[in-house]
Amino acid sequence: MNALRHSYYEASARQRLTVLLDAGSFHEFLPPAARVTSPHLPALGLPVAFDDGVVVGRGLLDRHPVLVAAQEGGFLGGAVGEVHGAKITGLLERALADKPAAVLLLLESGGVRLHEANAGLIAVSEILRALLALRATHTPVLALIGGTYGCFGGMGIVARCCDAVIMSEVGRLGLSGPEVIETVAGVEEFDSRDRALVWRTLGGKHRYLLGEAQRLVADDIGAFRATAIELLTTRRPLELAALEAEQARLEARLARYGDCRDAADIWARLGVPRPERLPLLDEAEFHQAVAPALAGTKP
Amino acid sequence: MNADDLLRQLFPAGHAVQRRGDLLAGSGRVDNETVAVVGTTNHAYIGVELALQLAAKVLAVVREHPGRALLLLVDTRGQRLSRRDELLGINGYLAHFAECLELARRRGHRLISLVYAEAVSGGFLAGGMQADAICALPAAEVQVMNLPPMARVTRIPLERLEELSRHSPIFAPGVENFFRLGGIHEIWPDSLAARLKAALGADAVTDQRRELGYERGGRRLAAEVARRVRERDHG
Repeated sequence: MNALRHSYYEASARQRLTVLLDAGSFHEFLPPAARVTSPHLPALGLPVAFDDGVVVGRGLLDRHPVLVAAQEGGFLGGAVGEVHGAKITGLLERALADKPAAVLLLLESGGVRLHEANAGLIAVSEILRALLALRATHTPVLALIGGTYGCFGGMGIVARCCDAVIMSEVGRLGLSGPEVIETVAGVEEFDSRDRALVWRTLGGKHRYLLGEAQRLVADDIGAFRATAIELLTTRRPLELAALEAEQARLEARLARYGDCRDAADIWARLGVPRPERLPLLDEAEFHQAVAPALAGTKP
Repeated sequence: MNADDLLRQLFPAGHAVQRRGDLLAGSGRVDNETVAVVGTTNHAYIGVELALQLAAKVLAVVREHPGRALLLLVDTRGQRLSRRDELLGINGYLAHFAECLELARRRGHRLISLVYAEAVSGGFLAGGMQADAICALPAAEVQVMNLPPMARVTRIPLERLEELSRHSPIFAPGVENFFRLGGIHEIWPDSLAARLKAALGADAVTDQRRELGYERGGRRLAAEVARRVRERDHG
């Protein structure tokens, strides 16, 4: 199985799609040759990317037709500007007509692109509306998170509005990144250079234990693929009973862990023995270590 | 404008909106119609608790008052920036709030938001920006980030950003800038009760903000790019 392991973390957006989808099945919409670039970056003297930092298209996943968007962290940290956002929104709207088996969002983004601040924020809100409109038609949308830049800002909200989140341990998911919190609230609030603290707080293992990610996989594009196939029919219906259950779940989390100061305190309270060792375990050992605690509390 | 003055002007026939901490919730009368009101005040920073309270109020309206129009009153300085909120998964709490609003929309509740004081990024995104009609008072402050910190983060000289902002609505804070980009549908300078009544009477529509941004000259590409991705080479 591990003979051909492709690190998701280190791959580019296009490399991820190549391995994730059935071989040769990917077809890109508005590819780099179309030269659709940001109209705002040149005014700031900044270079543009011919895909504006996001790849959108269609392909097959285990022979099922899917629509995909993959953000490229290597271009401005995957941040969302006018064109970048419109490509994702257009893809989600296309799914209303195409009715694919699922839409896969490979999210890697710092959130709003500050160089296009106002247009970027509006663009993220349009992604959110298009995503929720699509969810209401019962097409599943899966978020995949495991890239270098994590998934933050408005895209962290977008991720959690998907039917399911698949993460690797090295993936990070949140709203305000550690650098932002440190800049605004001080290093004693969040030391962004304390890597262990950053991953313990925002990384895949903690998100999985909290119930913010439904699956934790190895840093391997093949593992993401296998799990996406497994979750192809997963749906979280936008219905009153389901949202009342989510309300109760989030209230219970706050009541249970609201006074915890560190992720390890939460893991201890969850009933994981020797929680301080969790960051050191590989993916298989981790699942073995936490399974008994998770079996007792449906996350 | 403060919340008390605002509610008096919006609902001259009376209202029963309660304030609890930074949360506003209740209802007001517009002619013979009752409108549900949910929102924040005191330039609230939205953390996990407030996000949950907002979601709970929206769910209560859906459950107890089917189809009742919902007015979101926006006054937020954005998400609360703390390690504890991140530790608990604040993005999931705000996502839940956005999902509750979508449920209300699907069940026929008209969603109107009014920015009456401040609207900053995360707190605005999951709430007010999800409405069918996004409105603002002219004196309100809408922004992602002020220009000085934006200059620091992007390493672009402040003078350059200020100069560009004289012509482009992209960078600088402001209701007028968001209006030109299509991110705000209407600016309400006066007669708030009449404007609310008119907004209640309009049809709920799909998201037209990109088209508005194009017509108003602020966002030239978004509508076209989304259309090309949506429509090209089907089959």
